[in-house]
Amino acid sequence: MTDVDRAPIEDWATDFDHTHPDYAARAPEVWDELRDRCPVAHSDRQGGMWLPTRHADVAAIAHDTRRYSSEGVIVSPFKPVGMAPQGYAPPITSDPPFHAEARRLLLPAFSPKEISKLEPAARASCRELLDTALADGADVVDAARQYAQHIPVRVIAEMLGLPREDGDRFRVWIHRIIEAPGARRDIAYEDTLFYYLGQMVEDHRSHPRDDLIGFLIGAEMDGKPLATEHIVGTIGLLLIAGIDTTWSAIGASLWHLAQRPDDRRRLVEDPAVLPFAVEEMLRFYAPVTMARIVADDEVELGGQTLGHRDWVLLPFPSANRDPEAFDRADEFVIDRERNRHVAFGLGIHRCLGSNLARLELTVAIDEWMRRIPDFELADPDAVLWSTGQVRGPRQLPIRLLHPEAL
Amino acid sequence: MRIAYDRTKCQGHGRCYALAPELFDADDEGYAVVRTTGPVPPELEKAAALAVDNCPEYAIELVPD
Repeated sequence: MTDVDRAPIEDWATDFDHTHPDYAARAPEVWDELRDRCPVAHSDRQGGMWLPTRHADVAAIAHDTRRYSSEGVIVSPFKPVGMAPQGYAPPITSDPPFHAEARRLLLPAFSPKEISKLEPAARASCRELLDTALADGADVVDAARQYAQHIPVRVIAEMLGLPREDGDRFRVWIHRIIEAPGARRDIAYEDTLFYYLGQMVEDHRSHPRDDLIGFLIGAEMDGKPLATEHIVGTIGLLLIAGIDTTWSAIGASLWHLAQRPDDRRRLVEDPAVLPFAVEEMLRFYAPVTMARIVADDEVELGGQTLGHRDWVLLPFPSANRDPEAFDRADEFVIDRERNRHVAFGLGIHRCLGSNLARLELTVAIDEWMRRIPDFELADPDAVLWSTGQVRGPRQLPIRLLHPEAL
Repeated sequence: MRIAYDRTKCQGHGRCYALAPELFDADDEGYAVVRTTGPVPPELEKAAALAVDNCPEYAIELVPD
């Protein structure tokens, strides 16, 4: 969603803009066109940025932490400087060697075994949201605003140790940080995510609790407690990365199912297909485009020469639709058995929360389908896709079919 | 066939132990652990192939005995 009207993009190969409403509306077409015509696109916007669209190029960059730094991961006109190797939100903004230990601290809390304990609470949350949305016999539900956006907020707030009532504030910060970075400069420090989290960390220090903030306060790296900036940066990362992304994947999956009666029927008749369907949703509607900053003097890529400190976007969803990497790449195949999709990235920055995201997406689709097995888009033109590096529907009115049977 | 697993490529995506729990387990950090050193039994060949075909990092291969 954009704050101003923008002139149309004349040529996506030389002047692309991932914050443009046209990109929000038709990014998959843009990637397909660029992959054929100009696989590493360029733009002078945001201080100079590149958009590789082939799986091979995206994978090569993700695996090359020497020539591509994670000091900046969200493209904006304000490029972080002098913050490597820790960065402002470790470990996603960290480079080796700092990265490995900062990540290792967090891995056990996000392991499959730990995450599976959250399933009952996630299911209860989905059911409660559906109860509320369908109260009073409603037959149109905004699946983004009344359902998808609330599911990850509740789970991650609980894990981190933040009040879930603050969900609306989280979403405002996420919009500013991810969907419209750098768009506003008139924000008071007291109204920022980092100020809020600093207050929360202080509160945890004086009233210790058994949650992730409490764990990080007690944690050590190289025999020393973590700096408050490290804790605040990490919690900020987990909050932002844990909400916007999963909300987008759930919404995009329901958008898909609303238009595909065959896939809805398959899920109802053959529940064993659900794990494969979830992976195909992740491939086809991968929400996240990551970014890097070129760390070498210059780098050759796909016939282009990338300059020192240029931004490089890593559109994992485009890599997931590359016919060089996937059979029938442009088709949604609900029971796809060979699926090396890269929705969660590749290399050392593989999404820390991938087990949590899979759990939430699986439970969200499963509970929706049990309650609302048949549905359609209430108004296709009313569907609004987000701009920026996390792609998903932000407005998604869905009409229940046969609601009298519920 | 036997499983050849490259720990240096594994990033803990967790596809193998989700799709072939008889053959792979997760350690406390979510990285894969191969549960068998011998040949893959015939009844688990399909699961082994799924683990190979769904690893985004190409960290698993099936190699002849």
